[in-house]
Amino acid sequence: MAVVQDVHGHHDHHPSGIMRWVMTTNHKDIGTLYLWFSFAMFLVGGFLAMGIRAELFMPGIQILEPELFNSFTTLHGLIMVFGAIMPAFVGLANWQVPMMIGAPDMAFARMNNWSFWLLPVAGMLLISSFFVPGGAAAGGWTFYPPLSAQGGLGVDMMIFAIHILGASSIMGAINIITTILNMRAPGMTLMKMPMFVWTWLITAYLLVLVMPVLAGTVTMLLTDRHFGTSFFNAAGGGDPVLFQHIFWFFGHPEVYIMILPAFGIVSEIVPTFSRKPLFGYASMVYATASIAILSCIVWAHHMFTAGMPTVGQLFFMYATMLIAVPTGVKVFNWTATMWRGSLTFETPMLFAIGFIFLFVIGGFSGVICAIVPIDIQVQDTYYVIAHFHYVLVSGALFAIFGGVYYWLPKWCGRMYDVKLANMHFWLSMIFFNVAFFVQHFLGLAGMPRRIPDYSLQFADFNMISSIGAFGFGLSQILFLYIVIKCIRSGEKAADKPWEGANTLEWTLPSPAPYHSFETPPVIK
Amino acid sequence: MTQSVTNINVTMLKKLLIFSAIMFGFGYALVPMYEKFCEVTGINNLLQPNAVDKNIKVDMSRTIAIELDANVRGMPWQFKPLQSSVKIHPGESIEVMYEIRNMSDQEFTGQAIPSYSPRFLEKYLKKFECFCFTKQVLKPGEVRQMPVKFVIDPEIPVDVNTVTISYTFFALQPGK
Repeated sequence: MAVVQDVHGHHDHHPSGIMRWVMTTNHKDIGTLYLWFSFAMFLVGGFLAMGIRAELFMPGIQILEPELFNSFTTLHGLIMVFGAIMPAFVGLANWQVPMMIGAPDMAFARMNNWSFWLLPVAGMLLISSFFVPGGAAAGGWTFYPPLSAQGGLGVDMMIFAIHILGASSIMGAINIITTILNMRAPGMTLMKMPMFVWTWLITAYLLVLVMPVLAGTVTMLLTDRHFGTSFFNAAGGGDPVLFQHIFWFFGHPEVYIMILPAFGIVSEIVPTFSRKPLFGYASMVYATASIAILSCIVWAHHMFTAGMPTVGQLFFMYATMLIAVPTGVKVFNWTATMWRGSLTFETPMLFAIGFIFLFVIGGFSGVICAIVPIDIQVQDTYYVIAHFHYVLVSGALFAIFGGVYYWLPKWCGRMYDVKLANMHFWLSMIFFNVAFFVQHFLGLAGMPRRIPDYSLQFADFNMISSIGAFGFGLSQILFLYIVIKCIRSGEKAADKPWEGANTLEWTLPSPAPYHSFETPPVIK
Repeated sequence: MTQSVTNINVTMLKKLLIFSAIMFGFGYALVPMYEKFCEVTGINNLLQPNAVDKNIKVDMSRTIAIELDANVRGMPWQFKPLQSSVKIHPGESIEVMYEIRNMSDQEFTGQAIPSYSPRFLEKYLKKFECFCFTKQVLKPGEVRQMPVKFVIDPEIPVDVNTVTISYTFFALQPGK
């Protein structure tokens, strides 16, 4: 699409102090806000995780009463999914998508501001629900009825928070889709877009597809609780299993919403540090699209034990296992990109390789969970916990870390302390595996999730897991220190600190100017 | 930004907002779709009478003990089976009686929801008549005896000797 843009004046000046951040419509400022918010939420969710692991350090009830423990697991899940991982990806998209496609800003700058500032409200609702009578929601992050039909004010606050987060996500997704489809620099066809932009385009479509369904689900829950409807209330002719179907219709695409942008980040980092173009670019695009489509027809594999005809179980089992094919294509392409490349192992590359290695483990345990007879055995055990932490922590989170280390020099014009950053990677890598690898064994031995106490035979592995979790948690404080040190006193970074990087953002000076690409670049 | 780009963007925004609204509605549309799906495939139709197969043969060689259970949730009713258990041969038709009593001085409407153990019993339990097919309205102090007529399909696995049929009465809000 040929777009001629006039540049009406340079207005680099913006309000200073706090009002700069409250009123900003600049995609870079909003990206920064998203990233800091998600890191703050990551610390809150991490604190809850530390509480959970401290309670599970030894058998018996020591620190958290069972009800509070349940609130901790519930809010840990909600805050990490909706408060940490998703906003972090939206923050990366805000910073990177306009710069990578040569656009001056996001399509709807003011809506962008609004979609960010809804988030702290929702975050505060979730956190403050701990302090209302009855405490925070305690029915698990999936808030299945009938537990979520009971519960006090905390559950209503959670429902309201999810409404707000959903609205924010939908607005963010609409913004990203419009930006990518309408505002690319002349000459940048769809199939010339960087992979990170491609994965975000597909993710944004998934978001507008399923977030409204989640909004509908929590609305039904709300009316069941307060307005006398009976969608999920068996007494009134409703069905609690219906909730699970509608929830997972959202929930399964949601897990791909949290991993597709991670695929995109890794697909940027791996070619840069292999000094080769991405192997199989087109197949990467098609694999991403097929993962997104398949993700919409596999939801009931979360419900094999909820009661389902055998033919249903077979369908969802095979459909789920089919996702391993496009995912395998991606892993193959990353490996083939590295094959005979001039590899160097800077921090982003370490995180990307760590991602590939550990995500494959998580992917394989996912295929194992997809097999109905095994899933019936491991349903709601620590095996499932281990599986989804391998794909969400060493998957999504490692990719976010990799992305931050990759683009941080561009964002703030300074280089981070490479030694410390590498140390952050190795500490995270080691402690993550100490914390979560043993949980596979706990799950196979039958330790159930969401229970504050356990039988004595699980004691050793739980202690190992807790030590790993504490180490992993502390390592993230190091990350905060590295970023702050980089912003305040890092060495001056070159415009293109990575020699193998080829995307548009590296043509800009470092730090990226407040307004970039006001005259669109021309792509050959 | 030129006017044309802004216009294209706003058109896109409108389309995507409409799409989001449709998906919100789709979430609600899943409710009747789910019910229709269960009805068509015969899953979960505990509240409809089963068709009677005249050709069911009584299997005199087996006896199955049926435990009867009754519960009330959130209403001042007393609900009990008139016999706590019965023994029948698979294929034999039987009628058991339950009694509800409204202990309060207000009219209440309730609906009984069945629950079976083992869970696969629902496939083999054919009910011709049940108070759970309809809602029950009890005036203050009223007592009512209600039958359940059913047959257990002789196809039921041979290792099943005892089954439990449980009903729970839930209060329905007025006007439902």
